[in-house]
Parts: sequence; C-alpha cells; structure tokens
Amino acid sequence: MRALSGNIWKFGDDVDTDAIIPARYLNTSDAAELARHCMEDADPSFSTKLSPGDIIVAGKNFGCGSSREHAPLAIKAAGIACVIAESFARIFYRNSINIGLPILESPEASRRLAEGDRVEVNLEKGEIRDLASGETFTAVPFPPFMQELIAAGGLINYVRQKKQELHK
Amino acid sequence: MGQTMAEKLLARAAGKKKVTPGELINARIDMALGNDITAPVAIKEFGRIGVEKVFDRERIALIPDHFTPNKDIAAAEQVKLMRDFARRQGIAHYYEIGRMGVEHALLPELGLVLPGEVIIGADSHTCTYGALGAFATGVGSTDLAAAMATGELWFKVPPTIRIVFEGKLPPLVGGKDLILYTIGRLGVDGARYAALEFDGPVIAALGMDGRFTMSNMAIEAGAKAGLIPPDRVTEEYLKDRARRPYVVIKGDADAPVLAEHRWDASALEPQVAAPFSPANVHPVSKLAGISLDQVVIGSCTNGRIDDLREAAAVLKGRRVHPRVRLLVIPATQAVYRQALREGLLEIFIDAEASVSTPTCGPCLGGHMGILAEGEVALATTNRNFVGRMGHPGSKVYLAGPAVAAASAVTGTIAHPAELGEAK
Ligand code: SF4
Repeated sequence: MRALSGNIWKFGDDVDTDAIIPARYLNTSDAAELARHCMEDADPSFSTKLSPGDIIVAGKNFGCGSSREHAPLAIKAAGIACVIAESFARIFYRNSINIGLPILESPEASRRLAEGDRVEVNLEKGEIRDLASGETFTAVPFPPFMQELIAAGGLINYVRQKKQELHK
Repeated sequence: MGQTMAEKLLARAAGKKKVTPGELINARIDMALGNDITAPVAIKEFGRIGVEKVFDRERIALIPDHFTPNKDIAAAEQVKLMRDFARRQGIAHYYEIGRMGVEHALLPELGLVLPGEVIIGADSHTCTYGALGAFATGVGSTDLAAAMATGELWFKVPPTIRIVFEGKLPPLVGGKDLILYTIGRLGVDGARYAALEFDGPVIAALGMDGRFTMSNMAIEAGAKAGLIPPDRVTEEYLKDRARRPYVVIKGDADAPVLAEHRWDASALEPQVAAPFSPANVHPVSKLAGISLDQVVIGSCTNGRIDDLREAAAVLKGRRVHPRVRLLVIPATQAVYRQALREGLLEIFIDAEASVSTPTCGPCLGGHMGILAEGEVALATTNRNFVGRMGHPGSKVYLAGPAVAAASAVTGTIAHPAELGEAK
C-alpha cells in the first residue's frame, strides 16, 4: 500500500451523513455530482477548496445518521485520500471499508492535529506523521478479516473472488 | 455463563453454538431490504459480482418510498432502475405506490420480518424490526449487493446494553418519549457498535406500534440493533401475518452485558428533541412556547395506526393554528385505509391538516413539505440534523404524535394535556 500525504481539513464531533451529503442530492448516485456537494451543509465552499489527496480529521462518531453509501462515495470522489477520526459511526465504518475509502481511528491524532497541518499516512502500519513537528500517531489496527477485505479492494471484489474460487 | 439475545440470534444465523462480542462472523440473511436511494447503488454493484440471479427472490424487498411519488426526473430514473431489476429478477416483494408504504412500517405489517431472524437493510432504520425479536440492522448498498448475491453477510458481534423501564407509563406518554429519553441519556454515540435491549414492565405493557417506534430510533444512539424480547403482544401481532414459521429467541438472565440501566418511567413527561441532535432531549414543558411553521405526523417512526389515533384524539374538534401547516402522512396504504375506516382522516381534514399518500417525503427533506430558511418544524420523525428537512437554516424538533398534534393546534410547542376542552 502506498503512503499518503495531504493537508488536513478539521471537523468536530458527530458529523452526520446529512452534513456529508444532504438528502436533497440523493436523487442521483453519480459520484462526480455527489462530490460537488460533499460537506456542503457543514462548509458550503468545501468542495471548491480541496486539493486531491487532502485528508479529513474529525472528532468522535464521524458519519452518524443514515446508511447512505453516498456519504463515503462523495468524500472519496471529492478527492479526499483518507478520513481520520476519534471514532466512526458503525454503518459509515462498514461502508468505507466496503467501498475502499481508507479510514483510521486515532483519538490522539484527532485531538492533536489542526486544520492546515500536513501529514503523511501509512495505511499498512496505521501510522500518521505530522510533517511539521515530526510527531507520529498510531491508529487502531484493522482485524485480519477486514485487512483481507481491504486488500481485495472492497467487498464486491472479495465476494467475486470467493465465487470464482467456489467454481474452480 | 449465558448469552444475550443478540448473541443467540447471530450464533443461530452463523450456524454456531456460541458467539462472543467482538467476534467476526458470517451470518445467513433471512431478509434483505433496499429502497429507491440505496437499491440503485446496490444493483450496480450486484452487476459487478458476476452472478446471474439473486440468492432467493422471496427474501428480498425493494421498496420505492423515499422520493415517491417520483418527485423529479432523476428520482423517476432511480425508481425505474429498481423496478426493472425487480421484474428481471422476479423479486417477490417490490411494491408500487398505492400498495406501498414506508419500508419499516410495511415489512412488519406484511409479516415479512419475524422473530429469531437476521435481517439487513440498506437503510439505517432497519433496526425497527428488533421490536419483533429479530436481529435487524442497517448496512450500506455494497453490503446489500453482496447479501443479494450470496444470502450471507459479515458481522461483528456487538456487546449488549440493557435498558429496563420500571413503573407505569403516565397517560399521553408513549414509545417515542421512552426512546427520546433513552437517546438523551445515552447520547448519539452512547450505544455505538452495541445492541440495545429494552425490557421491563413498561415495555411489556407497550403495544406493538410503540415498540416499533422505540427500536426504530436505536440507531440514533449509534446502536447496531434495538431488541425487544418477543412476548404475548408480539405473538398476537404476528398471528395472522407471519409469512413463514419462526422461532422465539430470548437472552439468558445471567448473560454478561456492557451496561444495564434501570429507569423509572412513572413520572416521565412527553419528551422533545431540540435541534440539531436527537440526543438534545428535554421534557416538553422546558420547550413549551417555541413558535412553529410546520408540523409533520408520519414516517417509519410514528406513522402507524396507533400514532394516528393518538394524534386524532388530540385534534378532534380542534383546528390547526392559522400560521401552521400540518402534514399527516400515514406510513402505509393499510394504515391509510384503517384511518379512513375509523374516521381519523376526517378528523385531520376537519382540523385543516393536509393528508397524503404514504411516502418518506419531508422526513429526509426529500419533497412534500420542505422547510425554507429560518422556518421551524416539529415532526414525529427521527432526525433533526442541520438541513434534515430542507434549508440548512431551518430547524426541526422531534416529538411523539400527541405533542405534535397539540403543537399544531397552539402553533407553539405544547403539552397535549394543556389544550383545555375541545369545541
Ligand atoms: S421515513 Fe424517514 S427515517 Fe424512515 S425510512 Fe423514510 S426517510 Fe428514512
């Protein structure tokens, strides 16, 4: 897995899926269209300020609310490389792994990093390094089954592989 | 050492004797659900898996309820994609408008979700069916695609938080007040990754509709499931409904839990959640007097027949305040018909409310009652996040049907006991 590096956009606790992608845009599942409205109700100009590879750092319970997969899809399509939070709501957590949006749970990083900081993230090791201070934070590692899912490129590829193995 | 209800339900579906919290398992799915927002994404993903047919056409429900009657061309295209897939695959449970209802009211009503089962839905309020003693949980569209293809899905076994309601519920207080109180106490992530289990004399005395309301909002405390052990009330509800044989599974009394709370409900006031969090809960008297523009009675939380009866009891012989728009949306066609038979619709219309065909509509800020900037609504729905019902500068308060009806009459947030005599 590659190392990521990008600038941080900081959000607080309990960022809900209506803030990530409001329901008024859910009459489409077009990723580019969703990306244009990413985080709109939290920060209306968010999608225009981003550079590809940027990283979201948030507080606890990121992605709470609805099950809409459009939320991680919008974030991913907006060019966000990774989301770091103190904790994630469970459906958002599941959805991100299933669609291949890298997410890391790190209460320490969530507390210490500030907007505009530049970090390098090693997904494999679960390491987050503040490039200015050199400080390193570690994330909660994924259980082996989830690593398998991520390595396969998400749930659909995983199921596909399983199906093919069965038919061999 | 015993096992909790959640553990036993998941163990059964995984074909295991015992599972423990934190364990990752593969479980057999008894019913998989999608709607017009989540199913189109799932159908595209299903196409990528490379299987021809869904695992079982009788065990998939696809419900167009969010943006239907189709609110615009884009929504119509989404529904069409789902309808075409349902026809092609011969999906048994696709319901068109006129037979349709809000998914979490419709599936129990049709006897399609049953005690002892494991049910997934690409909709966060799938946890509603926990009220029947099923392990039911919301997942994403990709999960739904995998479940439609294989009939299985991975789960992490959750720990359980038990909530025991003691005492006796006062009049005009119901399931919505109990669950709002619970979320207020636990916070929006107080039950994150855990299964909530509700029990005690207050739950035993609660009707099925009040129980659905409680389980429905378990997700608002971050829970994976909101379980209620089946009893006589459950059996009675299922008597002429259940489409399959089912097993009743309850937890062991000595099963270890993450936490247990015992709360006395005897002095509980009706509860209201203020913007912008379902955990920002206060007794109605604390918020009384806040001026409203719109009141919505409906949704998968409170659009069932008992909810409409409660609202009608308050509205009978009264009029909606001239400044307020009251929208009443029966959750399913059967609820609509029943409300018609009982004369409830006439009470609503005489009170100058609007009554519409079943839809999610305003609940998610979709259509049929969107708020403008600065407007304030009180709704019997389940979420009051920023922009949930329309403009990001609007506000939503959440309450049960009796408070909603009373507030529509006074034009301000009001306790239903304080209305005085109807004319
Ligand atoms: S009524 Fe509201 S909460 Fe329930 S399924 Fe529809 S949009 Fe979701």
